[in-house]
Amino acid sequence: MTILSLTSIQKSFGDQTVLKGVDFTVASGEVHALLGANGAGKSTLMKILSGDYERDGGIITIDHKEKQFKTPADAKEAGIEMVVQEVDTALVPSLSIAENVTMNAFITGPPFFSWKKRHKRAMELLRRVGLDLDPSLPLSHCSLAEKQLVLIAKALSREISFIILDEPTAALSTKEAQHLFSVLRELQNQGVGIIYISHRLPEVMELSTQVTVLKDGYVTLQKETSECTTEEIVRAMLGNELVELLNDDEDRVLGNTLLDVKNFKVPATNERVSLTVREGEVVGIAGLVGAGKTETARALFGADPSGDSLSIKGKKIRITSPQKAISSGIGFVPEERRKEGILVDFNVVENLTLPVLKQFTKYGFIQKKQEKTEAEKWIKQLGIKAQKSSLLLNHLSGGNQQKAAIGKWLLNDGDVFIFDEPTKGIDVGAKQDVFQCIKDLAQNNKGILYFTSEIQELLAFCDRILIMYDGKIAGELSKKEATTEKIMHYATGGHYGTVRS
Amino acid sequence: MAQYVPKEHAENDINRTKYTFQEKVFPFLYRYGTLLVILLTIIGFSLANDKFLSYQNFTDILRSVSIITLLAIGVTISLIVGGFDLSVGSTASLATVTSAAALVLYRQETIIAILIPIAIGLLVGLLNSFFVVKVRLPDLLATLAVMYIINGLHLTFTKGFSIYNNMPLTEGGTAPGVFLPSFLFIGQGEILSVPVPVIIMLIAVVVVHIILQQSRFGRLLYITGGNEEAARLSGVPVQRYKMYAYLLSAFFATLAGILLAARIGTGQVSAGAPLLMDGVAAAFIGFSVFGAGKPNVIGTFIGAVLIGILLNGLTMLNVPYYAQDIVKGSILIGALAFMYYEKKK
Repeated sequence: MTILSLTSIQKSFGDQTVLKGVDFTVASGEVHALLGANGAGKSTLMKILSGDYERDGGIITIDHKEKQFKTPADAKEAGIEMVVQEVDTALVPSLSIAENVTMNAFITGPPFFSWKKRHKRAMELLRRVGLDLDPSLPLSHCSLAEKQLVLIAKALSREISFIILDEPTAALSTKEAQHLFSVLRELQNQGVGIIYISHRLPEVMELSTQVTVLKDGYVTLQKETSECTTEEIVRAMLGNELVELLNDDEDRVLGNTLLDVKNFKVPATNERVSLTVREGEVVGIAGLVGAGKTETARALFGADPSGDSLSIKGKKIRITSPQKAISSGIGFVPEERRKEGILVDFNVVENLTLPVLKQFTKYGFIQKKQEKTEAEKWIKQLGIKAQKSSLLLNHLSGGNQQKAAIGKWLLNDGDVFIFDEPTKGIDVGAKQDVFQCIKDLAQNNKGILYFTSEIQELLAFCDRILIMYDGKIAGELSKKEATTEKIMHYATGGHYGTVRS
Repeated sequence: MAQYVPKEHAENDINRTKYTFQEKVFPFLYRYGTLLVILLTIIGFSLANDKFLSYQNFTDILRSVSIITLLAIGVTISLIVGGFDLSVGSTASLATVTSAAALVLYRQETIIAILIPIAIGLLVGLLNSFFVVKVRLPDLLATLAVMYIINGLHLTFTKGFSIYNNMPLTEGGTAPGVFLPSFLFIGQGEILSVPVPVIIMLIAVVVVHIILQQSRFGRLLYITGGNEEAARLSGVPVQRYKMYAYLLSAFFATLAGILLAARIGTGQVSAGAPLLMDGVAAAFIGFSVFGAGKPNVIGTFIGAVLIGILLNGLTMLNVPYYAQDIVKGSILIGALAFMYYEKKK
């Protein structure tokens, strides 16, 4: 039996400390679940273990022998393989399945490797993960679930002691997930130690033997799975303050219909969606990765313009560009904050005033004093922590960056606010501020569309929840009737009675 | 539960004394390194040659950099929006030849010999923005292709010959027009013993600097280059601003071309080609001036001056022209290395 042990691991990026001394142990034949909200440090910890990042402090041992993982090759040498969440980044879509599965042989194997042998080897490995595919097909033919299994098969091509799976079921249907679980149980029986990162509590309870919960870089719970309850895990993940904040049951008073979208074509998914938002209403949109949430949000904002019109306050408008959306009173906080939401090389003032720069312009010139005064008023109101307003956004934490990404739309004073995964990668304090900000908006009779895959957040403060599956809106639940199970039922295509092929 | 050890403290205490020297010197070099190099070159050249440090020589240097600076302003603007205009050299050649042709072949007035190249230059800018914005070709490749096309066009128009006063024509006789004194004044004249090209250059630098730093137009050019997608999602019409940038880039290249024609008094073919690399170098050296880390006009001007001083001084020291490119390249590498080193940290 092999024991892999990490002791007081630390890691910072710039000023931000992501891991503040984390202990984590997994033995062969165990399934150790690693949980935590976005930004808790799970991925960083696993990247350190797989040699992607170098740790700042702490010790990694295998069977009490200290190890240094400076590169991914070092970790592989020690028998640790990682199945990343974005499977496409670890595979080559233009090569055949056989080549992908036997990739390791390209790197360490003999200079010549016969195709016959390669296919035979690939078949063997695919069989171990229960895949019945022709290995000569290009990888691009595989579904997401199949790619994941291919990636596991690739990992098995070496002698492995430990395998890390990062949210492997995030985009899988129930049936596909069940297949994955049986493969994992088989590996477990063969004595492989499995580190299983997931958001989904039911499968964690079903599959794992140990649970570790991270929050803000600390371990907040470490127990045998059989000894802890779901409630305990949620509290450890979110922290008591957030659980309290999320448990607000006051009913909002809703006004007239603000945004009415009927049979609206989303160009990126080629599907049609219909939805409404009333004044003062927070409408949550749930859905797994790949369900078409981001695509829908972008189409509504005109980032990928749809040919169809929608109506705002009863007025029919065709949103042909983001400019049109902004002038119609729509604001959009995109998912990829650093790429789409903010300009990291510009300061807080410049970021906040960007959509409304015209207001501060006289004869073409910017009234910088006036701009700064107004921006600083909002910096205070949003609680953006920056020593001075001329600080570049690059030097702010993720949470404060996100507040700037939201804040620019407050200056614009629109009617409809679209949020796409606004709490991704920000700490709990910033999350609270973001929630408070959204609640305030609702209080001021604004309409909010809240796209997220964090079901806890949806359940907490959305007045209505729409669930997307395969680009379509598959179900609608009111605040009263919504539960995690019901949302997952729609989100995984369960309402069809059968699963997606 | 694991205990958090505040590791910053431990490390800071050990390394504090070791860092202070670097901590002080590096940011200083990063901000003022380029200026320091200029100062050192001036001191070095003055010691080596006593004619170097004279008013006459300095107006010479400024006159020689005026054309490169104008061209480099165009390159700088294209860099600001995240693009890169390689066609400025041939646009300048085209402008030189068209203004010369207007004067010599078609006997036009000075004002026409200025406006026609500008109109044609703006067409080149439109062509660039069409390929970059509409066809969505990568900036470098699109402007490289346009560079060839424009170069070919102006050579075809002149059949490969330069245009000069009293030149013989293929259909017999000599050219009807001449380079008018009012046109030559732009390139060769002086006002209060300051050369006209230097005045034009300084006006252009100051005006463009103020527009880039103080106006909404300038801010949005920078924003577009900072992150096109984020800018677009904040309602900035990024495509339009990229088009403006290429139009301005072509405009300044044209201005440089006209000045060149007025300075040498002929419509030399391919005269703009060697300007391209100097312009690009000036713009990139400009990144490092005052630690800006981004394209800026004052920096570009200082970059051009640095190149001008070096060429002037080296010529005085009898370093052959073909060896001077080695120095230009080294300065560029030095400026870039400093900038990227600082950025990575």
